[in-house]
Amino acid sequence: MTDEPIIKVQDVHKWYGNFHALKGINMEVKRREVIVIFGPSGSGKSTFIRTLNRLEEHQRGKIVVDGIELSHDVRNIEQIRMETGMVFQQFNLFPHLTVMQNIVLAPIQVRKWTKQKAEEVAMQLLERVGIPEQAYKFPGQLSGGQQQRVAIARSLAMQPKIMLFDEPTSALDPEMIKEVLDVMVELAKSGMTILAVTHEMGFARAVADRMLFFDKGEIVEQGTPEQIFNNPKEDRTKLFLSQILRH
Amino acid sequence: MANSATILPPVTERSNILRWMRKNLFGSWYDSLFTILGAWIVYWAVGGFLKWVLNVAEWDVIIVNARLLFIGQYPIEQSGRLWVWLGFLVFLSGNSLAVWARSSRFAFVLLLLPAFLAFLFPFGDEPRKWLMILCLTGLAGWGIGRARPEVLKRSVIAGWVISLPIIVLLTYGLSESESSIVPVVRTNLWGGLLLTFLLTVVGIMFSFPLGVLLALGRRSELPIIRWFSIVYIEVVRGVPLITILFMAQLMLPLFLPTGWTVDRVIRAMVGITLFSAAYLAENVRGGLQAIPKGQFEAAEALGLNGAQTMYFIILPQALRLVIPILVGQFIAVFKDTSLVAIVGLLDLVGIAKTVLAQPEFLGLQREVYVFISLIFWVLSYGMSYLSQRLEERLGVGAQ
Repeated sequence: MTDEPIIKVQDVHKWYGNFHALKGINMEVKRREVIVIFGPSGSGKSTFIRTLNRLEEHQRGKIVVDGIELSHDVRNIEQIRMETGMVFQQFNLFPHLTVMQNIVLAPIQVRKWTKQKAEEVAMQLLERVGIPEQAYKFPGQLSGGQQQRVAIARSLAMQPKIMLFDEPTSALDPEMIKEVLDVMVELAKSGMTILAVTHEMGFARAVADRMLFFDKGEIVEQGTPEQIFNNPKEDRTKLFLSQILRH
Repeated sequence: MANSATILPPVTERSNILRWMRKNLFGSWYDSLFTILGAWIVYWAVGGFLKWVLNVAEWDVIIVNARLLFIGQYPIEQSGRLWVWLGFLVFLSGNSLAVWARSSRFAFVLLLLPAFLAFLFPFGDEPRKWLMILCLTGLAGWGIGRARPEVLKRSVIAGWVISLPIIVLLTYGLSESESSIVPVVRTNLWGGLLLTFLLTVVGIMFSFPLGVLLALGRRSELPIIRWFSIVYIEVVRGVPLITILFMAQLMLPLFLPTGWTVDRVIRAMVGITLFSAAYLAENVRGGLQAIPKGQFEAAEALGLNGAQTMYFIILPQALRLVIPILVGQFIAVFKDTSLVAIVGLLDLVGIAKTVLAQPEFLGLQREVYVFISLIFWVLSYGMSYLSQRLEERLGVGAQ
């Protein structure tokens, strides 16, 4: 039962008008697996991760998350969104709410927790991401790194089974990237199922079980970090790695 | 390090009025010319106006007709009911000032205003007594608010929410029988500032939620709702308010089954509400469009449904963005209510016309219209000022 994949993706296609953004994606994710997705911009990697919680609709193929198939059924979509947390490049915190209100909103409204329980959990999560002292500030008063850590805590408050990261460090100043990656590494080691679109190869090397290389709407190559870094098979992978690892 | 003490900030010039004037008013020969010219024009215009106000104008017309201008033909023996709800509003204002306003000196001056008015203007004994009571009520509300600001927050908001029904019930009355404490006063007796105020408050209170719904409807994914909203907004915005008021007064009776009548004041209220809602809808839509897509996505990714996303995330941000425009629309509603005078209702402008039609007040248009303009200006500026305070207040932490 636990060996059953938590995410199953079969022949998923997506078009934007005439542009074929995803060209038949097939993959599976096991429980507790950490997957890093990388590739050039416009390769469809963000689009793909966003189809998993239906922020983007796929037009062909089948996606099953934790036994629930993504379809037009709104209840299925809501169910899946409760099971998956998502962290965005631009943090997307709610600027009119305090850090604490940002975190407790969904647990209270969606999971129907009491305010007290939600706030206790929120405080534990803020301690886990290292900023309990910021609980009653507004997002605008925090640094980028702190905001992204709040965003992670906000997603974790819903107690998701899967965490999706969509370029979580791309909008950060260089000195703040580490504090966010540290949280992600800790999360990966705690056994969370993670799919992360990122070019932080240090993170991939440290915790990824598997890496997927996306190009032109397809998974060109996949393998363990060792295989990908030391022995890439495809020319496109080699070229891309040489471009991002040159510095 | 050693030198840090020797680098001094630039010396700030001590400002005094002569230096300020030389710099800003007489900096060059043409600055001086414009200053003198401007001063002369201001003296000429303001001086002429003041001379008229103090020496020429016959303000008796206002004093004699004060009751008509304020409450129309509302029976004087029932006017205590109006003072009661006014007292309730003043009490709530005192509460609100204590809970939210930063400067207590400002609150104090505002709450003493009724007393100032009572002594400054030649009111009769009865209004004077009520104005003093209002002043005390306001101060009491303020004192209670100061004592318990956190506890009172919710009850003050609840008070404002129920204030509209209270106002309407007290003004209209509860029972047909003459012996009841608050017998019905028919709306054809409502007039003057009272009617203007009620048309405005009802118009704003009902058109606001309707406008928000229309704005959401215009963005709806359901074609029927979207098209209904678009057609409604574009049709209503395409016609002048006065035609809507005429239609409500003249055409509506043709469509209603015989024997059915709708009160004329209510017809005007409905017309104003429906008209204002279309404008508010577009204002709110402007705010909705300014919210980044990421806010919707973050809310959806957390599992919030569409209604929750709107209510908790999008609308609070969108409405805050458009406060200045919304208040502009509210002020427009307030001033546009004067159009009901054309369809025969006796609001502030309508009453002014009837006052001027009396033979003994012929030729006093200037006095009467200056006076009602002053009332419109004071209340409009009050709304504008409150909205600025509100913006400052809500701006906290939003940067």
